[in-house]
Amino acid sequence: MNRTYELMFIVRPDMVDEDLNKLISTLESSVTSAHGTLKSEVWGKRRLAYKVRKFNDGIFVLLILEGSGAMVHELERRLRVTEPVIKFLTVRTDEELKRLDKIKKLRESRKKASAAPPVTPEAGAEPAPAAV
Amino acid sequence: MAEETKAPEASAGETRTAERPERSDRDRGPRGPRPGGPGGGREGGRKYFRRKKVCKFCTEKIEAINYKDVRLLAGFVAESGKIVPRRLTGVCTPHQRRLSAAIKQARNIALLPFAGRAQ
Repeated sequence: MNRTYELMFIVRPDMVDEDLNKLISTLESSVTSAHGTLKSEVWGKRRLAYKVRKFNDGIFVLLILEGSGAMVHELERRLRVTEPVIKFLTVRTDEELKRLDKIKKLRESRKKASAAPPVTPEAGAEPAPAAV
Repeated sequence: MAEETKAPEASAGETRTAERPERSDRDRGPRGPRPGGPGGGREGGRKYFRRKKVCKFCTEKIEAINYKDVRLLAGFVAESGKIVPRRLTGVCTPHQRRLSAAIKQARNIALLPFAGRAQ
């Protein structure tokens, strides 16, 4: 059962890029071993809204994951034991993405229906997936 | 549908201000362009003309309320860090629900403060 997740974590601000890349690649290897996919985005150093472990800022990293819940569980365990990681948050996104897709399609079909009123809603809805 | 039901209220409000001309001058201030966020008509509701509030997310068709979008969320958080209630911002119920969930997620990952201003 594949789901999509977003895992955001914060590492301490004094972490070197090299170490961070190493950490991300170890996470990546554990994801691929669980037959998942991963895309990482480093946001860079940012101010924290409140102090966390006496740090005022941190390096934010966002991982976009696809895989099973067990994989996420394993990742979270890893993050918990990794010392420089000061905070993390996992959000399941597949249902939200599905909902957004549905709204987008609905809007497109409506736009088409209003542009060409004689077209039936079924006919208007059909070309929409091809356009996406 | 909601706009249809709200429209008579707005017209009723306008007639009310017409009855009280001495106050209408003061009322014009808060009626000007106001960002969708908090504020406006907060102090003593009676004095001000009650402006018709519309949901920012419905009018601008923002469907994705995401915890990462700090700028958007910050508009719906008071300076104390509290989530601004619907009755002040005019956000509709379904969107307020998503909004508050997103704010709480953002707080959890230190993008927004739990209390007080962000340092």
